[in-house]
Formats: sequence, structure tokens, C-alpha cells
Amino acid sequence: MSEAITERTLTEQLRDLSSGEYSSRDLTEAYLQRIEYSSGINAFITVSAEQAIKAADRADERRAAGETAPLLGAPIAHKDIFCEKGVRTSAGSKMLDNFISPYDATVVSKLRDAGAVSIGKTNMDEFAMGSSNEASFYGPVKNPWNTERVPGGSSGGSAAAVAASLCSAATGTDTGGSIRQPAAFCGITGLKPTYGRISRWGMIAYASSLDQAGPMARCAEDCALLLTHMAGPDQRDSTSSSEAIEDYSIALKSGISGMKIGICREFMEGLDSDVAAILDNCRTVLSDLGAEFREVSLPNSHLAIPAYYVIAPAECSANLSRYDGVRFGYRCEGPENLEDLYKRSRSESFGREVKNRIMVGAFALSAGYYDAYYRKAQQIRRLIKQDFEQVLGEVDMILGPTTPGPAFRLGEKVDDAKSMYLQDIYTISANLAGLPALSMPAGFTEAMPIGAQLIGNYFCEAKILKAAHQYQQVTDWHKKKPVVEKAS
Amino acid sequence: MSSDWEVVIGLEIHVQLSTRSKIFSGSSTAFGAAPNTQASAVDLGLPGVLPAVNEAVFPKAVAFGLAIGATIGQRSCFDRKNYFYPDLPKGYQITQMDEPIVLGGSVDISLRDGSSKTIRVTRAHLEEDAGKSLHEDFHGMTGIDLNRAGTPLLEIVSEPDMRSAEEAVAYARTIHQLVTYLSVSDGNMAEGSLRCDANVSLRKQGEQEYGTRTETKNVNSFRFLEQAIRHEISRQKEILESGGRVAQETRLYDPVRDETRPMRSKETATDYRYFPEPDLLPVIIDEAFINRVREAMPELPTEKKQRYTEKWQLPEADAALISSDLGLATYFEACVASCDDPILSANWVRGELLGSLNRDDLAIEDSPLSAEALGQTILRIKDGTISGKIAKTVFTALWEGKAASADEYIEAEGLVQVSDTGELEPIIDKIIADNPKQVEQYRNGKTKLLGFFVGQVMKETGGKANPQQVNELVRGKLG
Repeated sequence: MSEAITERTLTEQLRDLSSGEYSSRDLTEAYLQRIEYSSGINAFITVSAEQAIKAADRADERRAAGETAPLLGAPIAHKDIFCEKGVRTSAGSKMLDNFISPYDATVVSKLRDAGAVSIGKTNMDEFAMGSSNEASFYGPVKNPWNTERVPGGSSGGSAAAVAASLCSAATGTDTGGSIRQPAAFCGITGLKPTYGRISRWGMIAYASSLDQAGPMARCAEDCALLLTHMAGPDQRDSTSSSEAIEDYSIALKSGISGMKIGICREFMEGLDSDVAAILDNCRTVLSDLGAEFREVSLPNSHLAIPAYYVIAPAECSANLSRYDGVRFGYRCEGPENLEDLYKRSRSESFGREVKNRIMVGAFALSAGYYDAYYRKAQQIRRLIKQDFEQVLGEVDMILGPTTPGPAFRLGEKVDDAKSMYLQDIYTISANLAGLPALSMPAGFTEAMPIGAQLIGNYFCEAKILKAAHQYQQVTDWHKKKPVVEKAS
Repeated sequence: MSSDWEVVIGLEIHVQLSTRSKIFSGSSTAFGAAPNTQASAVDLGLPGVLPAVNEAVFPKAVAFGLAIGATIGQRSCFDRKNYFYPDLPKGYQITQMDEPIVLGGSVDISLRDGSSKTIRVTRAHLEEDAGKSLHEDFHGMTGIDLNRAGTPLLEIVSEPDMRSAEEAVAYARTIHQLVTYLSVSDGNMAEGSLRCDANVSLRKQGEQEYGTRTETKNVNSFRFLEQAIRHEISRQKEILESGGRVAQETRLYDPVRDETRPMRSKETATDYRYFPEPDLLPVIIDEAFINRVREAMPELPTEKKQRYTEKWQLPEADAALISSDLGLATYFEACVASCDDPILSANWVRGELLGSLNRDDLAIEDSPLSAEALGQTILRIKDGTISGKIAKTVFTALWEGKAASADEYIEAEGLVQVSDTGELEPIIDKIIADNPKQVEQYRNGKTKLLGFFVGQVMKETGGKANPQQVNELVRGKLG
């Protein structure tokens, strides 16, 4: 093999493992070395080296004994928002720096059951609130393509880890773009499935009605494989869907000839010219593969960001109330009384962005403001959903940008919340509508990757994965890899 | 109580539903376990956990709604009520705000003077109970026991329709009766299965607007409820009559001092910031489900009472007493089934049975005497085998476990009633001969002495003589 084993796709690695090219232990150790080498990227909060090697050895033994499993021996990194039994699960917060989860998230147990090796927990914006990974208690993640730039957020650690070849693939969560935006910034493929497609049990909640787990990998084929083993109903999550799961890997194989793809007028207006040119190329490639394009309109899309920044903070203001210093997590020193315990435990351990959103959310829900903010935002959400339902009655999917531009510089937007929030302008509406959406590498500008986004209809993950996979059969943007320098 | 003031009372009653597991987790709801042994990851509110509703709560809530003639919400939604307290692990309580499962309805209450009154129910909604804060044994700190956290509650909110402590207690008792009848709750008030919050206000007679109310929280006995309300009425009256203003606040009743005292002021009101619970989907309750619940519902106390008075001719008071408790009513009906005599059964249940249960502090379910055994004893009175007086001896013997059945005891102790004229006549003749003075007085018109002769005969026969027959025989011989 000319390329390093760490740089092969998950699908290729599984083939190699089964043909005995190398062992899971070889692969796991190679990744652990790379993680060490690339520690300057700061992609991981916790590296589970010992546990991973044990699991790799077990996978090798199973394979030697003739057993098989779909992901047997593949080292996967989990965003540190997924509870993993016996492992610190911090959600990027000082609040949970001491929290060792006593139980597994469904995503974690399902992937383990499919044979995956859990290699560690990736860095993230605190409680998934952020678009740059600068809001982590554990420090910012650096973009492997240029360490002066952000990797995106909130699943920035997972995106950077995949891009820098620190794991076979990773899990992420997406509430307003938190899988797709970092996938775009880091030049990888990331899928946010339909709301309810993957169980949220054990996934630390930010905004419950928007949060959705998904795979982050080198290519659509890997995402399809992972999705097959992450998706499915779960009695412990009432919002998980009982809609049948497909074998998404099989669904990839057929062509996309005759597939109808919409270009959303509102997404193209005022779009950065480099990004527009990249999208235009992307469109040409998909057309050559037989897709038919037409212009569509989502007239309420400009309302998505304001609606999101009411609904998500409102839900987070309640979801984060359990972090009170009473039962687990950070507790302030020498509380004088109950109120002091609450106030100091929370104010000493939550970061600025988390506090902002709790305040905004509590305000939006408060008596006298509920109708003007929360109820109104829910109405907008319904309008956005209706827009999509109409458009997706005419086309199979919508092609658009994932982000307004390439990864920005570290610190550039830290003090400009509005500009930071606008990063999610193209991704948020899929969360509000609950639709599946994918970001795939489609080109470069300023030597940084740019992503193209495909938004599909409910439970039509197979279609957007297929379009991305077919695109990746004739392009090599997803094969480009950054050169990561050794940490000093 | 000066008649210038009209008392206005509304009650919020929290009923713990008798499900085996909690409303949003699989933990047990059993009472009395060691602290925090019945608290799972969900109950502790650990990061990442989600609620999943226990479907056993719906038939119970729907049965209650149907029993009070309420509208059942076809779409039942959960909401989050946000507030911080150590025994509320998530920092919000999952409850129902805008779309509760039970809307409207009413119950009829009976008052001591024999009158009755209809009390309207505003709504009843499902929610989770909080844990308990334990202030003893922790030396200035507070212990938290989350065993109770997540126990299903039905909160039943009344309209402000009650006008006295008596009415409030009668209403609470009626609700208690209903929920136990329907097996919605075990109704064990000592274990907190039914807890009342009393909203009390006063206004001038004839006034339309309500006065400022106080809410007295967590009263868990009918006696305390009556005392708490009486206390609150006189406290408010005192304030109002001295020209003061009642503060809108939450108060706590202290049964030891027999007083209420402020808990927290509602004027700086906590804003609960209710919003729809995104972790739970709306529950759709369709007609078919409602019908299944309706079909499985037992006969209600008011229906039973009506059947007892109309079909079985029971006196109103007996019917009311027996139907008030499902266990008692079940026992009574089994007794009737075995002796086919509702009136005698009611007499014995109300008299000997209840008396003995009270004396020995036993619940009806623990009665040592089965309904069938009592029925058999009654049958022996009816067929003349024993007198009512002997029957009491039999009852006591059976109660004390001295015999397995009435027949066995009657046989063993030779208690069969003597109705044989040939056997009684010589005894009567001897008594007449032995008491010439009384015979003379009787014949001179002091007929009240008949009882004396009968009594002597009964004494002589050890109570076994048929009293009616003795009467006739004595009268004939003296006449």
C-alpha cells in the first residue's frame, strides 16, 4: 500500500482487516501514535488508549476465531457529548470535567455492538454551543488544513480528527449545523440524518427538538456504513422513529440519472463568488451524472436564524438546569447556602456562550415574552417546514452551500456573536424542519476546503448519500488530505 | 364565624397513581425503600437521559376523568415547568399545562346536614412527583432522597366552589373514595399518596370578586385539612376585620402548633417558564381507548348506593356508609350473595362487623371472618336454627377463630334453637309455678311482666329457646 493505513477510508480498512493486511491493533496503535503526533490540533479531550488497545485485541481475536461484525476492529472517535460508560464525558465543559458516565449512549453501544473500537472522545464547543470550537473548556481545536483557522463547530474535534487521520471515522451531533459546518471546514463528509433517525439516549442535550447525531467520515460510503449501524428506533428515546432502516451501503450503488435536484434561489443570492463557483462545478458534475436541476424557492429561509436563536436557547435553558452542583459535576467551594451553591457552581463552570444562551432562552420563555418570542419562533419553524415540504414534493433534494465561506481565523469572530451565528445560515433550516442533510467536500478556496450541502426529504438519507457517493466516484476533493505538523 | 364573610375554597389534590414503575423511568414506586435505592439514571437527571412515558398512567387518568364526567383530551401533551430545587433533579418538572388529559367534570359531595352539593373540577393533569428533602440527621445540611422523584401524579384542580372547611373535606374524601374505587391510587395518605393544597380566600357576602387567596401546601390528612382551613379562615378574617390586607402567598400547615405559616411569597412570583416538553411526543387518546377504559371501570360509589337503596331497599344511611368504601361494599355484596338478605347483611356489616374491625383496628380486607361465613350465620337466623342473640355468640367465636363455620360451632356447642313445644311447655309450667306472685300481678293487668317470664325461660334454656315461640306459649298459659 502506498498510503498510510491511517489514511484509508473506513470501508477500505474493514476490507483490509478482513483480508488480514493488518490487524485492528496495528490500526489502533497507528492512530494512537498519530493522535500523539498531532496533539497540537487538540482534537481530543480524552484518548482512551488502553481501552482501545484492549478492544482492538479483542476484535482481532474475534476475527481470528472466524467471527465477523460490520465494523469489527475499526477505531471510531466519539464526540464528547455521547455518554460512554466508565469514560469521562465532559460535553466540553468545566461543569462535567469530573463526570464519568455510568452508562452508554445508544450510539456508543450500537457502534460497539457492530464491532467498532472506541478510541477516544473528541473536543467540542461547550454543550455543543458554538460554530468554531473556540467555546471549549479544553481549548480550541485547530483546523488541520491551517492551524491558525478554526475547524468549525460544535463537532470540530470530530471533524479535525477525521481530516487529520486520527481515527477511521467519528460521531458528531448537529443542532444547527454542528456536523456539516465543521465537515465543510475540514474537508470531510458529514451527515445529519432526519430528526429521530438516530436515538438521542445518552447524547447530552443542547436543544432537544433539534439535536441529532450523525456520522463524520472521509466519504459518503463510510457515512452510509456508519449510519446503518447508528440508526434505528429506541424505546428510551420517544422521539426516535420506527421508520424502517435501510442498508445505506447497498443503496449507494445505483446511479443518480433522472434525480431531480433543486437549487435554492435564496441560498445563492449574495453568495461568496468563490463558493458560488465551487457549487457551480458541483452542479455540472452532478448534471453529467444525469441529475436534473431546477431552481426552487424557500421564501422563509431568512427567518431561520432568528427562529433558531430563540428555540435552541429556550430548550437549552431548561436542559442545562440539571447542572446545579447537587448530584454530579462541578460544585463550588464552600457554598454558604443553597442559592450560593447554585449561583457559583453554575457561574464558575459555564462558559460565556453557554451563559448567553441560557439567559436568552430563559428570557424568551418568561411570562409576557413567550408569545412574542417562543411561540412566534415555533410559527416560523412551521412555515420553514412547509416551504421544504412543498419544494421536496417537486425535487429529490436541494443542493446549496454548507457555509458562507472557508474556515475563518481563530479569534476572528469570538467577540462578534452575530457574525458567528450567521455561519449557520445555510445549515439551520434543515434542523428546524428536521430534514436529513449532508456536507461533502466540493473544492478549495484560500487553500481551505469548501463543502457542498445536499438536503433531502424525510428519511431519504439513502438518496443524498447516493448522490454524494456518485459525486465522489468522479471527483477527488474528498481524497485531499492536510499535512499536519508534529506538535511541538 | 361572622356571617359578613363568605369563605371561598378551591383544592388542588395530588394523587399518586398506583403504577409499579415511575412515570418516565422503569424504577419502582414502592414506598419505604432505603434512600436513593429506587433512583435510576433518569430519576437522577444524569446528562443525556431521556424520559419515556409509562403507558400505565393513561388508563388511570382516563378512568378518573370518565368517573367525574369530564372531557378526555384527545391530544395529551407534556410541558416543562422550570424551577430550581435540590429534590427536583432536572431543574424542571414534567407536567401538563396547555393540553391536560382531563378537562372539566364534577363530583357531588354529601354534607352532615344531609344536603348535597356539586363541586366542579377544572382539570386533572399528569405529572411527575419530586424527591424528598430530608432536613434531620444531616447537621445543618440537607439530604436528598430521590426515590419518590418521578412517581406518577394526577393533579386534580377544583373550581373555587367550596364555602367551608366541611365542604372541602367532604370533597377531598369524595375524590379519595373515587381514586381508590377506580384503583387509580392506593389512597394511602400516611405515605403521601394523596396530598391537598388548599386555596382559601374571604370576601364580603354578596361580593362578586374573589378576595386575595393563600395556598396552604401539602396537607396529607383530612383532619389536618379541616384544621388548616379553619385556621386560615380565622387568620384571614382577623386581618380583614382589622382593616388589613391578606398577602397572596404559599403557606404551610403545622399540625403540631395548629397554625399555618408562610412558605414563600407569590408576589415575587416564580416564573415557571412553561414550554412544551420536546423529549416527549403528544399522546393521542382515541375513542377506542376511552371505550376500553370505560368498559373495565368498576361500579362507582354513587351507582352502588343507588342500587342498594332502590333494588335492595337499604336505608339511605346504610347504603351511603357501605358504598363509601370499596372493600366494605365488596364484602357486603359477597355476604348478600351467600344469604340473600341485603337488610340483615347490612345490619350485621354496619353493626358487629364494623364494630369488631374498629375495636381490633383491622382493615376490611383483614377481617378474620369471611363474608361467606357471615352470610352462613345470617342464614341460620333466617331459617330459625339460632336466635339473633346466639348469632352474636357465633359471630364472636368465628371472629376469634374458634370454629371454621357457623354450622360447625352451632353443632359443637349445641346452640340449636329450641322450638319444640313439648320441650318448652314443662319449663314454662315450672316457671309459672315457681312465681305465683308475678303471675297474680300479670293477671291483674301488669302485662309488662311477660318479659320477665320470657327472660326466665331464655335463662333456663341457655338462650336457645325461640323467643317468639316462648312469647306465645307464656301468653297462652297466663291468659
